[in-house]
Amino acid sequence: MTPSTEAELAEAVLGATGPLAITGGGTRPIGRTVEGVSLSTSAMTGITLYEPGALTIVAQAGTSLAEIELALAAENQRLAFEPMDHRGLLGTSGAPTIGGVVAANVSGPRRIQSGAARDFVLGVRFVDGAGTIIKNGGRVMKNVTGYDLVKLFCGSWGTLGVMSEVSLKVLPQVAAGATVTVDGLDDATAARAMAAALGSPFEVSGAAHVPESFGALAGTHLRIEGFASSVAYRSEQMKAVLGQFGPVRIEPDAEVSAALWAGLRDVAPYHGTSGDVWRLSVKPSDAPDLVARLPDAAKARAFYDWGGGLIWVECLPDTDLRAVLGPFAGHATLVRAGAPTRAAIAPFHPEPAPIAALTAGLRARFDPRGILNPGRMG
Amino acid sequence: MEMPVPDARIMARKARIVERLLEVLPERSVIHDPMETRAYECDALTAYRCPPLCAVLPSSTSEVSDVLRICHEEGVPVVPRGSGTSLAGGALPTADCVILGVSRLTDVLETDYDNRFIRVQTGRTNLSVTGAVEADGFFYAPDPSSQLACAIAGNIAMNSGGAHCLKYGVTTNNLMGVTMVQMDGTVVEIGGAHLEAPRLDLLGVICGSEGQLGVVTEATLRILAKPEGARPVLIGYESSEVAGACVSDIIKAGVLPVAIEFMDRPCIEACEAFAKAGYPMCEALLIIEVEGSPAEIDEQLGVIKQIARRHNPVELREAKDAEEAGRIWLGRKSAFGAMGQINDYICLDGTIPVSSLPLVLRRIGEMSKEYGLGVANVFHAGDGNMHPLILFDANKPGDLELCEAFGADILRLCVEVGGCLTGEHGVGIEKRDLMTVQFAPADLEAQMAVKDVFDPAWLLNPAKVFPLSASAGRRAA
Repeated sequence: MTPSTEAELAEAVLGATGPLAITGGGTRPIGRTVEGVSLSTSAMTGITLYEPGALTIVAQAGTSLAEIELALAAENQRLAFEPMDHRGLLGTSGAPTIGGVVAANVSGPRRIQSGAARDFVLGVRFVDGAGTIIKNGGRVMKNVTGYDLVKLFCGSWGTLGVMSEVSLKVLPQVAAGATVTVDGLDDATAARAMAAALGSPFEVSGAAHVPESFGALAGTHLRIEGFASSVAYRSEQMKAVLGQFGPVRIEPDAEVSAALWAGLRDVAPYHGTSGDVWRLSVKPSDAPDLVARLPDAAKARAFYDWGGGLIWVECLPDTDLRAVLGPFAGHATLVRAGAPTRAAIAPFHPEPAPIAALTAGLRARFDPRGILNPGRMG
Repeated sequence: MEMPVPDARIMARKARIVERLLEVLPERSVIHDPMETRAYECDALTAYRCPPLCAVLPSSTSEVSDVLRICHEEGVPVVPRGSGTSLAGGALPTADCVILGVSRLTDVLETDYDNRFIRVQTGRTNLSVTGAVEADGFFYAPDPSSQLACAIAGNIAMNSGGAHCLKYGVTTNNLMGVTMVQMDGTVVEIGGAHLEAPRLDLLGVICGSEGQLGVVTEATLRILAKPEGARPVLIGYESSEVAGACVSDIIKAGVLPVAIEFMDRPCIEACEAFAKAGYPMCEALLIIEVEGSPAEIDEQLGVIKQIARRHNPVELREAKDAEEAGRIWLGRKSAFGAMGQINDYICLDGTIPVSSLPLVLRRIGEMSKEYGLGVANVFHAGDGNMHPLILFDANKPGDLELCEAFGADILRLCVEVGGCLTGEHGVGIEKRDLMTVQFAPADLEAQMAVKDVFDPAWLLNPAKVFPLSASAGRRAA
């Protein structure tokens, strides 16, 4: 089913007699495969409202990300949370939608400075599992009226409701960008270098470390953005901060810098490779030790984003990374693996019993018949 | 403001309830003498008062857990309280409730500069969180006006903002994790030093839930390196429309100031009389602050001044040093106190799309004449969060009711133009019965369903946020 209006969407959910497999652009098949009738929001398209002076855009959930980014670029604005494009990593095609970005709470390297989708979504309209149309939040930047269900929907993967419309806060485009890189650092030193950079007042908007063994993209990278003269000044300051860790170079070309960060954002090192891919969210200073714990048998390799707080691991198929690592503070998501592996190993990190009870309770309330993407986050 | 009729069966059991609380808390932590409980009869919405059954001041998460378990078993409502600075009545007691104050939970538990967070007990004040890290060059960004007094617990409950949230976001954007005690005493850890939730973002819905989902006793907060410097500029205009257009042009030009504050003539006059900050007498005053190195500040202020001049300001004053910067902020920061000197007032905080600013200010002016009550406007212009202060005389019979009716009309107007009832103060009891203006029954039902899951018996702060008629069935159950 591909409803083109919110009313049709509500009708489709209300009339459903069994599980629904809900998708936007279908470019992010993360989690377990849902057996059910296909329900796509891809025909619910269009920007409903865009006020550049208010830094606000409202769009139907199926609107393509490309259309939104084009409209924003025309006014010299952008989505500051820099959503990752999963197509290269997951080998999917099609057009990512804004509803999908929100449902998956996608972000990018700028997460550490600006936040993720959750930090920019101002409001949602959705149809719950009973077919009821519900709104939450709105289109203004500051809003504490009632509970923040918007956050709950960011990263709910279609399991609480099917979004019909989202409103987002946008930000001015950055005028210039540069990358300051330290070469040849081991993981532990790189973690310390990134901590020093992020603890400085020079407003780092990206901090990633790709070990030498990766070849392409290798280095410990710090991104600086803003007005041109400010970027030049802060790049020099950053060079001074990082000098104690190793040889520092500055990439002042905005396009070269942007291409590097697009590669890191989209996990380019694992495009077209055959291993399983895991995404670990951890306390940044814990990251090097965790990576060191990866057993040789898993043939694992890892690079770091978010100053070390995000680890992208590629390893042999069917490796249960949680089992081999043992308990750690944070969580691991199996992002890329064959369907049998995803059926055997929970793609989303298991929760302690009291939390799992809350999650299950919320799901039962919003989707009493259990028909919205059942099992996807299972 | 209507409150539920207190449950006589609970009040009759006061002695037994106090006795049970004294089994898990030391004597000094249980306040049950009717003279002493009056200290907890209201928060900063002082027009409404009601002493609680008793108040408890636990000193640890496990004591909080004990208290909640007992209240759960006894079926006693619990009203959590931070520092009691809510302007919305978020901590207003009922006669049959236990006030659970977190004021003894003030420790810093962990400071981690490498990972840029601080973990604190939530009775700690907002300003003292920054105080714990500023010597090392860090700060905690959300800065509500009451930051000297307000507790992190209340900030989390109300998802508090502040003057600088245009750049740094509000509480929810700076909160990484919590230790929360559920109504049945269960202690849960959500989030921590890592980013994002493994599954549903429970932290996101807990923040701003006005103490209705659990009692947050510890919080992991993001801290940031202090900018090299900051500098404000003051711009005066002869009309609020022009000031609004200037704000919109600045934002469109790609500059993102840390703060854009707006004051209208009545507010400027009151601040001048009170603080003598040397403000020009005009219809609209903007205070715009930018951050960075001296050169970066010069560049950003250069763009801002250029845009400001295009709109023919009556005054454009840039701070040359820290003292002048202080003077520019002096009036704004004393605005509420200044208004309090000349009148009783209620402070609203509806948000509007910034494009509707001229229309809304004009309508507020017209309504002010209709109601015969003065109003001064001071607000965060960058994000459309208004703070109309409606002046009234508390000693004049009927004036408070008139003032509240005027306030309700302003908030209806905020919703009508695409905004909301509250941008940072919360709903509490103050805006509870206006929720139907902004939300359809199904919207409210979805929110109440969340409370059903976290607090099935509806014992935590039950008479807040939702219209009493909407929550009646649940509270009675």
